Amino acid sequence: MTNSNNYTGLTRFRIAPVFMFRWEESQQAYVLMYPEGIVKLNPTAGEILNRCDGARTVSDIVAELSGLFSEAPDFIEPRVHQFLEVCYGKGWIQPES
Amino acid sequence: MAKAGSNLNLDGQGNPVWLLLELTYKCPLKCAFCSNPTDLDNHPDELSTNEWKQVIHDARNMGAMQIGFSGGEPTLRKDLEELVAEANGLGYYTNLITSGIGLTRKRLENLKEAGLRHIQLGFQSSNPETAHWLAGVDCYEKKLQMAREIKSLGFPMVLNVPVSSVNIHQVPDIINLAADIGVEYLELANVQYYNWALVNRDQLMPTREALEKAEAQVAEARERLAGSMTIFFVIPDYYEGRPKACMNGWGSIHLTIAPDGIVLPCSQARTLPGLNFPSVRDRDLSWIWHQSESFNLYRGDSWMKEPCRSCSEKEKDFGGCRCQAMLLTGDAANPDPACSKSPHHYMVTDAVDRALKTRQHPEKLIARAAGWVPTEV
Repeated sequence: MTNSNNYTGLTRFRIAPVFMFRWEESQQAYVLMYPEGIVKLNPTAGEILNRCDGARTVSDIVAELSGLFSEAPDFIEPRVHQFLEVCYGKGWIQPES
Repeated sequence: MAKAGSNLNLDGQGNPVWLLLELTYKCPLKCAFCSNPTDLDNHPDELSTNEWKQVIHDARNMGAMQIGFSGGEPTLRKDLEELVAEANGLGYYTNLITSGIGLTRKRLENLKEAGLRHIQLGFQSSNPETAHWLAGVDCYEKKLQMAREIKSLGFPMVLNVPVSSVNIHQVPDIINLAADIGVEYLELANVQYYNWALVNRDQLMPTREALEKAEAQVAEARERLAGSMTIFFVIPDYYEGRPKACMNGWGSIHLTIAPDGIVLPCSQARTLPGLNFPSVRDRDLSWIWHQSESFNLYRGDSWMKEPCRSCSEKEKDFGGCRCQAMLLTGDAANPDPACSKSPHHYMVTDAVDRALKTRQHPEKLIARAAGWVPTEV
């Protein structure tokens, strides 16, 4: 499930319906909640998932993260892909059909 | 009931993360393994809708993110939908923990509308007759129907099946039933021996052979169903030799409110004698969590005796369960006797020996009786 052929730069991901994703003020972090579980995300992971809104494409996310963290797209792109594959494998995100 | 070792990769930084509301002790079922107090009728006077809302607000302000609506049977409260909507509006992930009795299609639709995220349905067996013995009420068809309604409305669902000697041989059938219903999570919860289950311990204890067989069956099913259903199955602490990391430690991340407003570190703690747990009717919730004597008593590790105090695993299991230590040894500060390093471990092994010498028959189960409310099932 985690091979990079699952999507392209044009894919639009959204958070899978089982999960609830939001900013948590008391933790100063984005969190992902599901039945009997909570995942606290590190800042980069949180910023990526926050853009999995069904509207932005993977390419949009790479461009925005590149700006946000002042890194070249070439540096950001493989890292975004790697994280999205993990998220997809865990069932956190789904491609918009 | 929130499980020991709940799936969590953050700490509460001194604040509660999980809020469990036991809205009522009333229940249309009378399960022989019920974890509610055995003196149910001594706890009348449930919190009002507004009092529950205040609790929901206060705990959210303290940092709680997950909320469980439990009981007893929480659907017996007519204001359940209103409380769910309140919690959802504040940003909680809302969980309903129910027997399914008291639910209807209409109520499920209303709960969905109110923002309910997830339903955990208690299920006794894949066999109607076994389910009847265990729950004390003929409820199998109704539960199955509700399970399918829950899925048809798109709720993620945990099917929670307490496992004991009475139904452990049905584990493969239970897995198949769960897969057929289409649940995302199946929790095969080995019965833990508190309250009604402790009363029935000799009748409920499975053999080690039965547990190992079930474990192998679960392993096979996990492989077969990977990607569609997650199955939880943990060998019970009576057999494991290691204590459970109960509630991730006393007063660490779990906050439970009993029907009458008593604030507890876990739903079992009420049974500890000599502890005076404050009520939200008398004190501010934040004060109770941070300042009250009962919440600080077993926090951290300064209360620990040997061998816990110098044990390399104390950060991992926090000395096990205080309630189990109390129930079996008479002192909640003793190491949990489920731990093989505990000087009281013989109490657990003796209990296993005694149970396995008992002629087990479901007719001998003592059903929870107090607090029973009749209902059409």
